[in-house]
Amino acid sequence: MQPASPDTRKFFYEHLGLNEQLLEQCLAAALSAGGDYADLYFEYVTASSLTVDESLVKSASQGISAGCGLRVVSGERTGYAYTDDLSPERLLRAAHTAALIASGPSKQPVQGFRESASAGLYTVASPGSDSETPAKLALIQRADRAARAYDARIVQVQASFADELRRILVAGSDGSFATDTQPLARLNVSVIAKEGENIARGSSGGGGRVLLDFFLTDKTPEYFATEAARQAVLQLGAVPAPAGEMPVVLGPGWPGVLLHEAVGHGLEADFNRKKTSAFAGLIGQMVASPKVTVVDNGTMPNRRGSLNVDDEGSPTQETVLIENGVLKGYMSDKLSARLMGIADTGNGRRESYQHIPMPRMTNTYMLAGEDDPGDIIRSVQRGLYAVNFGGGQVDITNGKFVFSASEAYLIEDGKITAPVKNATLIGNGPESLKYVSMVGNDLKLDEGVGTCGKAGQSVPVGVGMPTIKLDKMTVGGTGN
Amino acid sequence: MKNATVTVSENKISTEFVTDIVTKALQAGASDAEAVFSEGDEFETLVRLGQVEQLKEAGARAAGLRVFQGNRTASTTTSDLTAEGIERLICGAMALVQVTSEDPFAGLPEPGEFGKLAGDLDLYYDDVYSLPAAERIEYARRTEAAAMAADARIQNSGGGSFDAATGRKILANSRGFVGEVRRSSCSISAQPIAMSPDGGMQRDYWYSSQRSLGLLDSPESVGLEAARRTVRKLGARKVPTQRVPLVFAPEVASSILGAIIGAINGNAVYRSSSFLAGKLGEAVAGSNLTIVDDGTMVGGFGSLYFDGEGLPTRRKTVLDRGVLTSYLLNTYTARKLGLKSTGNALRGLAGSPGISCGNFYLEPGEKTQEEILAEISNGLYVTDLIGHGVNIVTGDYSHGASGLWIENGELAYPVEEITVAGNLKEMLHNISSIGNDLIFRSSVACPTIVIEGMTIAGE
Repeated sequence: MQPASPDTRKFFYEHLGLNEQLLEQCLAAALSAGGDYADLYFEYVTASSLTVDESLVKSASQGISAGCGLRVVSGERTGYAYTDDLSPERLLRAAHTAALIASGPSKQPVQGFRESASAGLYTVASPGSDSETPAKLALIQRADRAARAYDARIVQVQASFADELRRILVAGSDGSFATDTQPLARLNVSVIAKEGENIARGSSGGGGRVLLDFFLTDKTPEYFATEAARQAVLQLGAVPAPAGEMPVVLGPGWPGVLLHEAVGHGLEADFNRKKTSAFAGLIGQMVASPKVTVVDNGTMPNRRGSLNVDDEGSPTQETVLIENGVLKGYMSDKLSARLMGIADTGNGRRESYQHIPMPRMTNTYMLAGEDDPGDIIRSVQRGLYAVNFGGGQVDITNGKFVFSASEAYLIEDGKITAPVKNATLIGNGPESLKYVSMVGNDLKLDEGVGTCGKAGQSVPVGVGMPTIKLDKMTVGGTGN
Repeated sequence: MKNATVTVSENKISTEFVTDIVTKALQAGASDAEAVFSEGDEFETLVRLGQVEQLKEAGARAAGLRVFQGNRTASTTTSDLTAEGIERLICGAMALVQVTSEDPFAGLPEPGEFGKLAGDLDLYYDDVYSLPAAERIEYARRTEAAAMAADARIQNSGGGSFDAATGRKILANSRGFVGEVRRSSCSISAQPIAMSPDGGMQRDYWYSSQRSLGLLDSPESVGLEAARRTVRKLGARKVPTQRVPLVFAPEVASSILGAIIGAINGNAVYRSSSFLAGKLGEAVAGSNLTIVDDGTMVGGFGSLYFDGEGLPTRRKTVLDRGVLTSYLLNTYTARKLGLKSTGNALRGLAGSPGISCGNFYLEPGEKTQEEILAEISNGLYVTDLIGHGVNIVTGDYSHGASGLWIENGELAYPVEEITVAGNLKEMLHNISSIGNDLIFRSSVACPTIVIEGMTIAGE
């Protein structure tokens, strides 16, 4: 078997002074008061960001953050300690702190580690990426020029490039061992358009687990800049959004945030194990129209939500959540998998070494249907067509979720007409997808901008969807 | 590297460690430099259904550096505090500063501006760590247990918690400022889940958060309040689309102040990306509204001796009987606008200083919440908002909401799955009533308010 990434292991062993014996000692210390399982999560992150603002390179920053999180699991209990000091003394002290969760005779971790293979979902740039700074700068300067050139009404442009390289090493008391080096890059453009007293904003961005080349060939700065400028200029002429229940057509791609909020969070295993989710106990039942199939897939190459292994060292996978409207399964981490007797789907994620892992989404999307997107629009007498969104939020217990449209239009007599102002859409998770009556053949994933928050932890995610029609949903505007 | 790390970790980081980074940065060619060090310890205790679910205990520290070469600036951060790590912090910043642009507005504050508040703001109490592990668990357990015992319809729970944290921060710059601040906090909370006979579930949450253990509300009172808030949501329904007066409870009213904080943030103002940009001296709200930002309140969650650039914090009226009298500015945004910093710089570890409020509040009115509700014949008492539906550029406001319907001055039944929408420009002129119930539960506080003319979207 090929080791996951020998270079990553070498980095931790040589640069940070780790070795197999130390890892085993820490795991033994972690299980010194008993417990079912213990693991160590080492993380070393380098990050950089550059911003062009008012056509000046106003800020440039770089950072390094390293540390280790040590976890002991005993039944439903988790003990956790972390340290940014990776000396053997501090690691062992943290292991003993985490061990306080258990109270029993000590256990011995499995001897010898089995390293899991890597799926190779992303390429890693050679170290010493400082040499790329001029090229990154050139990208955002191009974005600044392109946004200003789009329309004379564009009066402010901010373009930023942020990237990080996260190296992780996870070692478990069950002998599991994984390393990974995870790149993440994002180019972002936000603009202000002004016409008389009328002011509007627009923003666009994207990226993923990609190298700089991606922004030279696949998605150029001009692509994102033009998109941000287009949205802002469009919003200058927006009319008040309508208020009340109506048919809603969602465009392809980023509107998939609907799935993330409406069903995604509610299908994370921890909420269902604790029966605090509106979806608890609904496996095998219809929770959506038969046209709806939703998956979470951490194995898509170069996607923002993808991972070779999750933050517990488990390989990621494609997990069917809803198939033809029927609830099929949950997204799980190691703890919920063991307690619920279900498979670990490789969804155990954490923001950093300072955080306890929990079930999180990766890339969540609806599979394509057969409808022509044009037919979907033509089928609506009066309704809303929403193509871009800001954030969303869900109360997983009562199932109510919202997401905020940043670009939307009225549909009148089967035609897209006036752009409308920002409006929040609200629905009920286990009910809303039952109103999906048409599903387009145009599945698209988002550009790579999603960040999901849960219990104070943020992780990068992806969403996607074809064009769909919901026969009714509540639109939170102020108009008639 | 390992050995050096051990040496550092056993020593408390001194102000000299931070001023030394500044000195070295100047030696490396910076014309000005500012270094920051922060360390924090935390522990979290989560009990669910009476059993310990999570215990977390840890600490971390890191340093950040901002360098200037003339009017160019760059910044770096690191968690590696060894001599080697600090050298890399400085070299990295000096390399980066070569790529940034000349910006005539960039730079540290002028020497005469620095300063710290005298006296003790009561921001640090070591009693937050005084409880042994077993008693921390007991605090969390009691809070959850009080919620669970309050009503038979509560049979599940997201848990009860007891958390505490302390932090220490040192700021030093090449213009002679050195400051250190320590802060502590602790909190208890409960998140009960109630079920109605038809199987519908609702959750809510209540907490007490303070700088000292001795100031916390009792676990029992927090648990009871969490239960009261949860069971009153059972059986919630949708209501038709309509316009009625909305009564915002203090917890959600403070989010409207949050939107104002965003709109008077100097960064949004100098870019004209705010509906309040350029409105200084104008009546942007009803004459019944006076809003204060005060970074100097003893014990306040938003209080500090000095801001993120080393300027003393201060008290200022932001909105004086409806007239906009101050933005929230740091040095950079003040220079952009031809104004003076208001002492609202926020310094994280990374990047240029941002802007944050001190203790930011709407001055209370005369009426009790009961008196306010009694005046509403038909309206909505909003208790929860969800989503991110504020556009501070245009003032457009649209949020998911739930609450209780008001009929003839009485709370009648719970409401959910609706939105409330309007535009902040109009909403600030349409606040018809302000309660006397101003309580600081965080750095932003607002009494109960009534807003007329907003739209509810429902069925």
